[in-house]
Amino acid sequence: MAQLTITGLRAGVQGREILRGIDLTVRSGEVHAVMGPNGAGKSTLSNVLMGAPGYEVLGGLVTLDGEDLLELPTWKRAAAGLFLAMQYPTEVPGVALETMLTEALVATGKASGDVHALMAAEAERIGFDERFLSRPLNVDLSGGEKKRNETLQLGVLQPKIAVLDEIDSGLDVDALADVSRRVEELTNQSGLGVLAITHYQRLLTVLRPDVVHVLVQGRIVASGGPELVEQLEETGYAPYLEEAEVLDGALADPFADPFADPFK
Amino acid sequence: MSSFTDLSLPTSEDEHWRYSRIADLDLATYEPAPTPEGGAVDVPPVGPRSALVVIVDGRLVASEVDAALEAKGVTVTSGGDVAGIRGTRFDGVDALHDHLVPEVVTIDIPRGVVVPHPIVVVQSLEAEGGASAAHLVVRVGEDADVTVYDHHASEDLAALVVPQTELDVADAARFRYVNVQAYGPRVWQLARQSSRVGKDATFSTTMVALGGDYARMAVESTMVGKGGSGAMRAVYFGEAHQMHDFRTLQDHVAPNTSSDLLFKGAVADHSRAVYTGLIHIGKQASGVNAQQTNRNVKLSEHAWAESVPNLEIENNDVRCSHASAVGPVDEDQRFYLESRGVPPEIADQLIVLGFLDEVLEGLPVPDAVPALRHELVAKLARTES
Repeated sequence: MAQLTITGLRAGVQGREILRGIDLTVRSGEVHAVMGPNGAGKSTLSNVLMGAPGYEVLGGLVTLDGEDLLELPTWKRAAAGLFLAMQYPTEVPGVALETMLTEALVATGKASGDVHALMAAEAERIGFDERFLSRPLNVDLSGGEKKRNETLQLGVLQPKIAVLDEIDSGLDVDALADVSRRVEELTNQSGLGVLAITHYQRLLTVLRPDVVHVLVQGRIVASGGPELVEQLEETGYAPYLEEAEVLDGALADPFADPFADPFK
Repeated sequence: MSSFTDLSLPTSEDEHWRYSRIADLDLATYEPAPTPEGGAVDVPPVGPRSALVVIVDGRLVASEVDAALEAKGVTVTSGGDVAGIRGTRFDGVDALHDHLVPEVVTIDIPRGVVVPHPIVVVQSLEAEGGASAAHLVVRVGEDADVTVYDHHASEDLAALVVPQTELDVADAARFRYVNVQAYGPRVWQLARQSSRVGKDATFSTTMVALGGDYARMAVESTMVGKGGSGAMRAVYFGEAHQMHDFRTLQDHVAPNTSSDLLFKGAVADHSRAVYTGLIHIGKQASGVNAQQTNRNVKLSEHAWAESVPNLEIENNDVRCSHASAVGPVDEDQRFYLESRGVPPEIADQLIVLGFLDEVLEGLPVPDAVPALRHELVAKLARTES
């Protein structure tokens, strides 16, 4: 039984505080959804958990099975069992998926026999064309293929807790179904705990969350069951925005382009 | 031969020698290399070959040509007619070459001959403290097709080497030339390579620079015939106090010609790299397409790379582009690999090798690639992080 515990997490970018005290606990087999409007701090949360460059932790604690993740370099967070499926997976020319996964499994002591066979089996499960496996990482992949690729790596690396940052963006209906089904299988079969960060409800109609959190202006302002998703569908984020202290006087628009730069 | 130390070398005030280490060269510390004794020479692992040419300290010591090709007129010859060396003589380094060169080694591929496997040239250095110069000419006849793999290597010795290579690509010929520079760490190289590309000919030159203390390579490719195309590729990796210094010229004389340059390099430790390149499009050269890209990855705060692309265009009907960059390992790429569990030092190695592999993977001698990759991995493993 694994447990990711986030306590009073505060973080920012370039001296500006974006997360202003996050408390969350994700256990094995649970699916948590974090929903929120643009600029709420969703991507900051996922990036800070994994230790992305450019983010600054201002306070709080994040532990995975008691181990202080914030003290660890990124690769050791991965070794401890954390995985981040990125919103925009980075292209890495000249580095093949198999090479990276082999190095990752060796370094984290999870090296098993045949990485290629593992990859091929995962690729089949999620309908990822096998010819992409030998390509350089994410190079010339469509948005949907990149997300399938992230899901494939999730299946091969078998982490304890996966943070899915907008895994639904750029996915067509079929790909969304494939990806969600595989994530759900992993929660049931190997007890994967999931923190799914999303702007839209549609992911949560296929990936059934146990708990839904509403993130607004760097704070979780509401948590509840799946019914919260339906409620959000009707009301949008407006009621929560009014509740939250609007410091900058700018209300986030729930219908705004989710890919727009939130800091503009 | 003792007068070679009196030659006046260029200075770093000269535009072509800006950023160079020419001021550090002391000719008095070298003696012209004597005639080689002809010891064993290592032939690089490049798979099957159609001919082998061995040059030691500038002199042809052995050659063998596949009998079937010999019957078709493929020849390797050497001669003393060094006065006949043509091509523009720019400065004291050309004079130094002309002074040191003992003979001209010529490889001839007659018209229409297709050479199935690479012709392997091994250029090695034997004389400790020696100064030497090889002059290699490759003449590829009309509609002929050949790959030449020119491997320059030495043990760890102090030497000055001033090689020059002339590549003649006749009309409609296809010529792929590869130059690997794997000298020991105390070798100074002042090299020059010039090519002339004929009508509808296809030429490519790929340089892999691994060794040397200061290793300079000036590459000029002149597109003299309508419809000719030339590709220039280079990959270089500097470690310790090495310096790789590339000067390039893509000279378009004829119309409808194209050239495409991609140089990728890494500088580690205290090493340095220079790339300065010019695309020149002459008045008559309409319909030209020319590109130039140089990218460098800097692996240490003490390493240094300079990249200076230039265009000189005298005709309006052309398409030209150039791009250059010097920067550290991309931190987003490193984060991506790290987030999967790859330690940062291994992530950096994978990213750098991947970055350089864009040139290696297209090498026209695929059988040579594994050993070259291995050499890059070894260099990377030696660098201080």
